[in-house]
Amino acid sequence: MNIVVCISQVPDTTTKVTVAPDGKKISSAGVKFILNPYDEFALEEGLQLRAKYGGSVTAVTVGGDSAKEILRTALAMGVDKAVLIKDDERADSFGVAHNLAEAAREADIAILGRQSIDFDSYGTAAMTAELLNLPSASMVSKLSIDGTKVVAECDIDGGKETIELSLPCVISVQKGLNEPRYPKLPDIMKAKSKPIEERASAGVAPRVRTLSMELPKSSRIGKVLGDSDADIQELVRLLHEEAKAI
Amino acid sequence: MAFQPVDYYNLYDMLEPEEKLTRETVSDFVDAEVLPIIEQHYRAGTFPMDLVEKLAGLGVFGITLPQEYGCAGMNNICYGLAMQELERGDSGVRSFASVQSSLVMYPIYTYGSEDIRRKWLPKLAAGQAIGCFGLTEPDYGSNPTGMITTAVKTDGGYLLNGAKMWITNGTLADVAVVWAKLDGIVHGFLVEKGMKGFSAPEMKGKHSLRASITSELIFQDVEVPAENMLNIKGMRGPLSCLTQARYGISWGAIGAATGVYHSALDYAKSRIQFGKPIASFQLVQEKLVWMLSEITKAQLLCYQLGRMKDAGTMNPNQVSLAKRNNVDIAIQAARIARDIHGANGILDEYPVMRHAANLESVRTYEGTHDIHTLILGADITGIQAFS
Repeated sequence: MNIVVCISQVPDTTTKVTVAPDGKKISSAGVKFILNPYDEFALEEGLQLRAKYGGSVTAVTVGGDSAKEILRTALAMGVDKAVLIKDDERADSFGVAHNLAEAAREADIAILGRQSIDFDSYGTAAMTAELLNLPSASMVSKLSIDGTKVVAECDIDGGKETIELSLPCVISVQKGLNEPRYPKLPDIMKAKSKPIEERASAGVAPRVRTLSMELPKSSRIGKVLGDSDADIQELVRLLHEEAKAI
Repeated sequence: MAFQPVDYYNLYDMLEPEEKLTRETVSDFVDAEVLPIIEQHYRAGTFPMDLVEKLAGLGVFGITLPQEYGCAGMNNICYGLAMQELERGDSGVRSFASVQSSLVMYPIYTYGSEDIRRKWLPKLAAGQAIGCFGLTEPDYGSNPTGMITTAVKTDGGYLLNGAKMWITNGTLADVAVVWAKLDGIVHGFLVEKGMKGFSAPEMKGKHSLRASITSELIFQDVEVPAENMLNIKGMRGPLSCLTQARYGISWGAIGAATGVYHSALDYAKSRIQFGKPIASFQLVQEKLVWMLSEITKAQLLCYQLGRMKDAGTMNPNQVSLAKRNNVDIAIQAARIARDIHGANGILDEYPVMRHAANLESVRTYEGTHDIHTLILGADITGIQAFS
């Protein structure tokens, strides 16, 4: 099975993000970057599929040189091949999907995390499938494959939906699908000397232009009350009249 | 969510990718596998044996030794970062890894024959065998040169007699690296579990390192085959091992200090007194800032120490400085963190008292705080205060 796992480098969830002086992107100064957490499930699933059906797993990312770090992580976890599609300017989701589709053209299955936790567009997996003209399933939390028949359990609002599709296909995966492995320390060392293939970006014109970016304004005004009866009355009044929560 | 390390000086930006990934991997491991179970083991006074296979699977044992023996073949920064994260979990867990790696696998690799290496290193790396290190004796702690355990040459090998004390992993060990005097000169021997006359009873009653096994080793006419003697003579054998372990402890102490600092910072921000978080009071801020400063300084010491160790330019006195300083600030940080937590600080809901109690042992083993002071004193004055 030819398995392609598409991964993304994102700012650490606890990092303090600031907007760059141009007001159109985030400032990368002092920001720590990590492998997108949902992509860990995608990598693990790719490795488990390889263990069951044989074949190879290729990890692909679109980004600058710093994105090599997450490819090293993928290699340390056990993927066979790592591909960096060089794109120093941040492409929109369509541009990323275009590059991923090119890389996954020969794949039996392409696996992505359900979303990248930086821009949260949720669109890349579906766009990749569309560009490849392949069936896709989103938010998959359970997956089984029999021949070319794929059964996926997908998380939907308030429940689960089970759908059937066929290989080749594109899926985006959700937490709960599997338990991602730790890279082993000897494998981290072995990954250090494995090659990372670099390819040029397809360079499609962006479909989305960022006009401006700003941090949310803190609109909550904390009020601390005591535990006297009067305070409790006041709390009820505030919840009712100001917060309109009750 | 992954644990956020203290990195006030962006030191981690200077790490190589594999060094960063090693820290993150061991950190995630500690969050998932160590922290959820450690308090119950500490309370019960048991070592979490399940962790041996898991730590081996991760590749922590003998981390700097070559891959041909089943080890990770990493550099000393990776080794240090792994020890740091393990000790953020618990000093006892870090001690297990230190002993296995620095005090057992290191001497077997450095002073053992190729047969001995092949026999033991892959098993020790895989956690299929556990090792311990016997140097300290009931009456010879800071003065190991005075040891009275002896080896006498026989036809087929050596006959060992004597006793060792305060031996981490002793009762669990399949192989003990034991230092004994042969014709008045210290030599190292591998004593294997089950050899006649060898026993390793566990020491009970510890208020510190409770999630770690500490033992006595007793040798009554133990016959050790000739091939089990290590190829090193004199105190530089055991001292070279201690340098490796002390190096790891210097990093480990940062982990313990980070653990109590984070707990104190979180607590100070959420604990309300006089209508506001106690983190808003100047006295509490000073305490937190002291911890942050000392942790940052300790990190810088270790980072440079590690780079020197990898370059082959580090000397053991420099390790003494880092071990002495870092354990000292860690124990003070634990003390201060307990203050910030108020009465809650004594509960095992927080890691503070466990780290504080553990660090009392860490301050004493592998060269006491005072002995390291005198090692450094001798180095800068040229006058040895303890001979």
